[in-house]
Amino acid sequence: MAYRVTVGRQTHVFADLKQVMAKATPLRSGDMLAGLAAASMEECMAAKIALADLPLRIFLSEALVPYEQDEVTRLILDTHDAAAFAPIAALTVGEFRDWLCSEAATTEVLAGIAPGVTPEMAAAVSKLMRNQDLILVARKCRVVTRFRNTLGLPGTMAVRLQPNHPTDDAAGILASIVDGLLYGCGDAVIGINPASDSPAAIGDLLRLLDELIRRFDIPTQSCVLTHVTSAIALIGQGAPVDLVFQSVAGTQKANDSFGVSLALLREGMEAGRSLKRGTVGDNVMYFETGQGSALSAGAHHGVDQQTLEARAYAVARAYDPLLVNTVVGFIGPEYLYDGKQIIRAGLEDHFCGKLMGVPMGCDICYTNHAEADQDDMDTLLTLLGTAGVNFVMGVPGADDVMLNYQSTSFHDQLYIREVLDLKRAPEFEAWLRRMEITDAAGKLSTGRGRQALLAAVQGRAA
Amino acid sequence: MSDEPLPLAERWAALARLTPARIGLGRSGASLPTREVLRFGLAHAQARDAVHIPFRAEEVATALATLPVETVQVESAAPSRDLYLRRPDLGRRLSAESRVALAGRRGDFDLALVVADGLSSTAIHQNAAPFIAGLLPLLRRQGLRLAPLVIASQARVALGDEVGEALGARAVAVLIGERPGLSSPDSLGAYLTFAPRPGLSDAARNCISNIRPGGLSYEQAAFKLSWLIAEAFRRSLTGVDLKDESDLALEAVTPDKLPPA
Repeated sequence: MAYRVTVGRQTHVFADLKQVMAKATPLRSGDMLAGLAAASMEECMAAKIALADLPLRIFLSEALVPYEQDEVTRLILDTHDAAAFAPIAALTVGEFRDWLCSEAATTEVLAGIAPGVTPEMAAAVSKLMRNQDLILVARKCRVVTRFRNTLGLPGTMAVRLQPNHPTDDAAGILASIVDGLLYGCGDAVIGINPASDSPAAIGDLLRLLDELIRRFDIPTQSCVLTHVTSAIALIGQGAPVDLVFQSVAGTQKANDSFGVSLALLREGMEAGRSLKRGTVGDNVMYFETGQGSALSAGAHHGVDQQTLEARAYAVARAYDPLLVNTVVGFIGPEYLYDGKQIIRAGLEDHFCGKLMGVPMGCDICYTNHAEADQDDMDTLLTLLGTAGVNFVMGVPGADDVMLNYQSTSFHDQLYIREVLDLKRAPEFEAWLRRMEITDAAGKLSTGRGRQALLAAVQGRAA
Repeated sequence: MSDEPLPLAERWAALARLTPARIGLGRSGASLPTREVLRFGLAHAQARDAVHIPFRAEEVATALATLPVETVQVESAAPSRDLYLRRPDLGRRLSAESRVALAGRRGDFDLALVVADGLSSTAIHQNAAPFIAGLLPLLRRQGLRLAPLVIASQARVALGDEVGEALGARAVAVLIGERPGLSSPDSLGAYLTFAPRPGLSDAARNCISNIRPGGLSYEQAAFKLSWLIAEAFRRSLTGVDLKDESDLALEAVTPDKLPPA
């Protein structure tokens, strides 16, 4: 069915719902690359006007990616919670925005509707929202998850400590971990992207992390970010796997290109849970996503990249994850061209995830061929901190020497804690205090914990 | 605040030697010390420049003129750096003129070498000529018939597929500027593809990465690439089924070290 909007003497015609969605999307290079972007700014506004008048219900009856061809669509529609949806069932997309911004949409009410919000609804309303709306509403949403600590509580922000090394050198990785712990990082996860994909090397890294966490009794979890099939195999061999990692996307075909299916993800989750390594909860999954991954895999079905990204959160949501991380600027300028596009995408992703009840964090990042720099990352960090992001990355000096991109640093998280008075996960905060790494106010101090942790890595290097 | 007493500072210096990551930077309150802000800023500036400094194809041709190989210059279908960055598909295709130019050089060749700016013109300006100078003798020793060496502007890796096919080469090796990291703005990559033709995916290639004086040396990289080329011809394939076992071959030729370049 075609949609028409008349603006003055010009009538804009949109062939179908996915065209309305694509053309209503704030401009970004990936949609241009896919040939889906609005041809003019007026056409973009006309699409937003058309979208605002559509009932939210339309996304339950009209699938953007065909139901028969795509198991992600089937997951979204077959598991839709009609009771949770009921309070917003009568709204149009435009009315939904008004309602989300209103006092009626409290933290509790938003948590109640989350299972009734499909990714397409979240994406649609986000397209009508300015950056401040995305922040205001996301800030009201709370998603709390647990493994060895409690993440997502009000007034807190966690950090993934990311101690990557170009050759997976154990001493080098430990040196980065200790540096990060002494900056109070690592409550979300201590997560290594391995350079090697050899199971033996990954097993060694898992044991290295397990040993450190046990030795110092750190209330956090570890992850070596490898394919879910590798994690399942390693669990079978008795490796100490805390979190099961996987990159996911918003269509079945894109997930195929990652070598995963919904059934395989379930198997991964069950394998992770079978170890019962969590002490305060059993959220065992760690997912990463990013706008543009479906187009990059030739699997976008003519749907804009932001909507497909929200669909990846529907995949994640089905497995009760501890962490979902949108790696927002990693993919490159052909998908998000510059700082403006990266900042917008980061806010959209965080909003859509939170609205859907997903524990969203963000790898606030860019590559050197994008028109972006650390000032843009400061801006996005400040905005996402304000929006209540569950976690961000802590990369030494913001420079990932293995993946060759820039993210946020140990110093950056200190900055945002100071400016916004954000605390760490409470169990981890207490540990830092016990170790005399921080003082009673959570500020860094110089105590015996520093000495003991330094000695740990020096013993390893010797 | 300067938070470390001296012995600790020395211990941090020792730790920092364990990794190229930026650890032990110190802090002033929550913030980086000025020296680290400037050090990071300089590295980022160099990485950005590596992407955007115009490719000097003429200069590369002049540097290669001292070697026993003909060169020919081509351009991709991307007319500008801006479009090159936005439209990877254009960087994978030859311009109409370049396609005609290469058709005129078609022959019966084993290997086409392509030098491509990719995402770091700096990598090519600094590393292409000395790396090729070390590589050519190894290729000659294999008795390979080399196509004219192609110097390609605004090029992606997959441009080599069209170049290789146009020249009638059984394999193509693309030497290309890699996406610059903060600590490695000058990194050269080498991608080898057997039976090149448009439409191949990266799964059909073998890659040697991080070729630069601070990374994989020219001598080591030339040995690896030459080994991969020999194996590719022996097994008539490249890609995921061809594992780089050149380190075993390298051990086999020790203790006389590397073959002379």
